[in-house]
Parts: sequence; structure tokens; C-alpha cells
Amino acid sequence: MASVTFENVTKRFDDVVAVDALDLAVDDGEFMVLLGPSGCGKTTALRMIAGLEGITDGKLLIGDQVVNDIDPARRDVSMVFQSYALYPHMTVQRNIESPLLVRRYHADGPDKPARKLTRTERAGRVDEAARVLGLDGLLKRKPAALSGGQRQRVALARAFVGRPKAFLMDEPLSNLDAKLRAQTRLELVDLHRRVETTVVYVTHDQVEAMTMAHRIAILSAGRLQQVGTPQEVYEAPANLFVAQFIGTPPMNTLNGTFTTEGGPAVVVGESRFPVPPDLKTRLDESQAVIVGTRPEHLNVSEDGTIAHDVRAVEWLGHECLVFGSVESSPVVVRQVGMAPLAAGGTIRLAVDPVNVHLFDPESTERLA
Amino acid sequence: MTAARLLRRRDRPRYSAKEAAIALLLLVPSIAVFVAFFYRPFLNLLYWGTFESRANGAFFERVGLRQYREELTSSDFREGLWHSVQFVLYTVPAGLILGILLAVAAHRRLQGIKVFQAIFSSTLASSVAVTSVIFFYLLNPVVGVFQVDWLTNPDWAMFAVALSAIWQNMGLSFIIVLAGLQNVPEEVVEAATLDGYGPVRRLLRITLPLISPVLLFLLVVLVIFGLQAFAQPDILTNGGPAGATETLVFKINRLVRPDNIGIGAVYSVGLFFVTLVVTAAQFVILERRVHYAR
Repeated sequence: MASVTFENVTKRFDDVVAVDALDLAVDDGEFMVLLGPSGCGKTTALRMIAGLEGITDGKLLIGDQVVNDIDPARRDVSMVFQSYALYPHMTVQRNIESPLLVRRYHADGPDKPARKLTRTERAGRVDEAARVLGLDGLLKRKPAALSGGQRQRVALARAFVGRPKAFLMDEPLSNLDAKLRAQTRLELVDLHRRVETTVVYVTHDQVEAMTMAHRIAILSAGRLQQVGTPQEVYEAPANLFVAQFIGTPPMNTLNGTFTTEGGPAVVVGESRFPVPPDLKTRLDESQAVIVGTRPEHLNVSEDGTIAHDVRAVEWLGHECLVFGSVESSPVVVRQVGMAPLAAGGTIRLAVDPVNVHLFDPESTERLA
Repeated sequence: MTAARLLRRRDRPRYSAKEAAIALLLLVPSIAVFVAFFYRPFLNLLYWGTFESRANGAFFERVGLRQYREELTSSDFREGLWHSVQFVLYTVPAGLILGILLAVAAHRRLQGIKVFQAIFSSTLASSVAVTSVIFFYLLNPVVGVFQVDWLTNPDWAMFAVALSAIWQNMGLSFIIVLAGLQNVPEEVVEAATLDGYGPVRRLLRITLPLISPVLLFLLVVLVIFGLQAFAQPDILTNGGPAGATETLVFKINRLVRPDNIGIGAVYSVGLFFVTLVVTAAQFVILERRVHYAR
């Protein structure tokens, strides 16, 4: 069990910068999710921890040790690949046993030298892994004879059996159907609670990130956008990218101007958005700002200060989504229950100032 | 659930008479070619093997199956067979292994490998005869690039003759194994790296098993080519020195020229059955260990 630390790590492939000066500290025992769209560098970062990609610049530490030049097999980490990468010509048992065959382990204690495991020790560990992941009875099968969920559990067992310092997972749930995905999410969180090993988990799915992570690191185009707990990134997004990436439907953002006439507010055409109460940044009169509110924080209200032209309404049973626009910027409103709102009309919306976010139009950074 | 279970006999679709007739019609050209150029001549061969003939070619006397028994057990036949087997032993493992190593290097895009790729793929571009002539000049004791006396040394002659075939087998293996390697998922090899498998172990325990269908194919094909070796001994040593490189097909060729068709036919039939048995044995013994991807 160990921490994983990126110190100003950069990865370049010829002239493409995949990871740009990443500074990230994953704590010992933490479940850290690397979240971002395709091509943001999250998988590259994960593979650098594993040693499958070299590091162009910077230092990577596992625990206190700089591992930049250390062989993948010596880093004492294990990886669950997106495709599971099971050995198709070996039985489940051999697949799980595979990490124990060649590598050396500190089986006698952390101070004693690492050695190869005996056959009994290997069998014991394989049985333990199979039991924890519910694979009893499948040990003699080959991967082709298993379902997707079973294959994934074999991949997890193989990762688990070496008792690594960190588990690395590359979108392990993306090949499962929706129902199995939800179930496996819970099982993974449960497994982590039991095993307490550091996990670095890569995904593009924010639901997975929000439900499983202790902290989320959001990346875009190789750069770290924000690191924080799910609550922090949801309630206080550091920039426009994070604000629009977390949350479904995404946060509504509009271009407006700050004004103090009739009280501090952001004016978007005819509509007025209140300003967050604890705003410390000084804003000038008529300064351009981007104002954002999440769909669930906009409420239909007769004396609301925001004019919303309704284009369509989607009723989902427990809530409805109202699609429309405020001054020609698309705005979605989430309303609990089956509110009878008609398309084509105009409604008035109100929002609690606490739920308003302001961003600088040039830097896209949050104005706090 | 598995493909095998789905294709159980009774579940296979039955074809109507019309569909069967169309299928047969489409197969007729292939069947015609096979019958004309293989099955019919083969039956002829079996028949001619029962005739003894003299030097000027006229069929002389019907001696029946006795000739088969006599000739196939003769020391001449066994010597020819042994030379062919020797040829196979020299050319197949070397060609296959070298081809695999080159393909692995090319697959990993080692620096400078493109040049070798071009060189080794080109070995197949020339015919067996042309390659043999090239090696004839390479190994010529007087004017060759490597002035050695292998071709005239009875102990080394077969090896020297095999060199040009090793060269060509290497090219074929290289191309086919390289294609096969594209189907080995990279993540599986990476998983093996994380499990502590070094490059040699990864090759032997992971990569090669995953391309085993390709390897079996190459083995079978190269053995068949080897048993039929003719151009190399013909061009390089003319069967010498002192008959040291007279492979079976070489002997058949010489027997047929002075029109000793009877014995030539017998040897041909013998070679056919040896090849058949060897190939069948390869399948029986090795196919069990071949991993076919579903």
C-alpha cells in the first residue's frame, strides 16, 4: 500500500504532448479517479504509473521511491485493462496465478528480502483471490467460456493476487452492460473498503467518478483541471471545463455583464442572475462575465428574474427537463415532478445566489 | 452458447435439392481441375508403377504390385528418402525460427528493421531456381563470394544445398508470422510484462501460443516443400558429390528422364504416402496444442 505522486510529469509522443506538467498526489489507500474526455491523457498517466509508458520529464513516485526508470514488474502495482487482457490460452486458475510465477514477493515480511513463492503459497493466494471475487467453480475454464462480468472478475483477481501497492484500472466497466455496470460499481467500492489498497481508476464516465471516488482528478488535453472530492468538483468547479463536464444535464452557462444597478447582479439581456453571496473578486461595472447555474438549481417562479423561452419539455416520471433559451443561449431546467409546462411559452425562473457560479470569459477560471 | 454446440449435426440447416445442385455446379470447375491435374494422373501413376520398363522407354512387362514392394524397400529409395528428410531437418527449423525472430523484431518496430523487412520479403519474389543459381555463385569455391568447398564436400553438401531453401523459408515465415502477430492483442503482452515475464518468456509463453495456428500452417507447408526438394540439388550439386544430395524427387526426375517410368512412378507414390503420413501425424500430435481464437 503506498501513495502515488506525480511531480511535474510530462509525456511527449514526438510533438504531441499527452500529459502536460502533471502535479498530482494520490494518498495511500485512496480511491482516486482520473476523469476526462477521450484523449485527455488520463490513460497515458495511468500507464506511466504502471511503467508501460516512459516519462519524458518530471518525477513519478510510488511511496517514497522514484520509479521513473524501474521495470513495470518491479513497481509492485497491478493493472486491470479495459479489455481485461486475460491470457486466452490459459485456464482461469493459471491466469490468476500468473503474477506469482515469476515475480518476487516479500512473503516473509516487508523487511525480509523478496523471494519466489512456493507452490503452496501460490495456490493459497489463488484460492483466496478466487473466493473474494466469487470465482469458485470457474477455475478450470478458459476465458472464452466466461461471460463478460466473469472475465472482469478474473482480471480483478489477477490484479489482487499479488497484493500490490496500488491497483490501476483502465475503464474496467466500459465493456459491461448498464445493469452489470451498476452492480459492479458497488462491488468495486466494497472491495476497496475491504482491501484498503490505493486505487487509481481511469474513466470518462462522470457517474462512475462521482459514485466511486474519494477524490476526482479532472483532465483535459493533458492538463489537470481540478482535483477534489466529488462534492468539491460539483459545488465549486475550478473552471468552465469542469463546470460543464460534471453534472447531467451539464451546467447552463451564459455570457452576461456585471452590474450594480438595483443591486449586484449579472445581466443577460432582460434577465438578471443574482451574484454569489461570498464573492471576493472585485468586479467592475459592465465587466463581461460568464454566469453558470445547474439545471436542478433553476426554479420556476412567478417573480423570478430570469425569462426562459420554452422550446420542449421532457417528462421522465419523477422529474421533467425543460429545454429552452434565455436570450438565445440554450438553458435547461430540471423540475421535480410532472410540472405542466407548455412548449412555446415563456416562464420565469429564479435561482438561489448560492448556486450561481461566475467565470472569467478569457481565462475560463472560476471567479470566487 | 459456444459455436461448437451451435453447429451440432442435427441443428445444421438442410439444403434443398436445388441449392445442392447449384452448389455442385459451382464446385465443378474446381473439381474438374483437381481431377484433370491430380486425381487422374495419380491413378495413372499407381497403374504405371506396376510396369517394368527398359532403357528406351517402351513399357515392357506388367509385373504388378511386386514392383512396389521391391522398390519401396530398396536401399536407393531409402537413401533418397533419407536425403529428403535431411533436407527437411536442415531447412524447416532454421527457416521457421529465423523467420519468427525477424517477424518479432519487425513487429516491435526496432530501428532499421524496414530495411530487413524489404530484404527478407524479397526472398520470395524470386523462384527456387533463381535463388539456387544465386547461391551457386555465392558458394562457388573459385569465383564465389564465400569461397568454400561445401558443395564439393560430401559431409557439407546437403547443408550447403539447404542454405538457399533456408533463405526462402525465412522469407515466407517472416511474412506470415508478421501477419499473425497483428492478431496478438497488445494488452495481453503488456499484462505479461506487468506479471514479470521477460522478453523471451513473453515470446515463448504468450506470443507463440497465440499464433500457433499460423505456426502449424507454416510447419506443415514447409515440411511438404522440403520433402519435395528438387531445384536446389539439381542446380547446386547435380545430386553430387557422389550422390550425397540426391533427394527423392531428384531421383524420380533422373529415373523418368531415361524413361524408367515404372520405378519413378513407384517412388512418387511412395513419396506421396510418406508426405501424407507425416502431415497427418503433425495434425494429430500438434493440433491439440494449437489455440484457435473464437
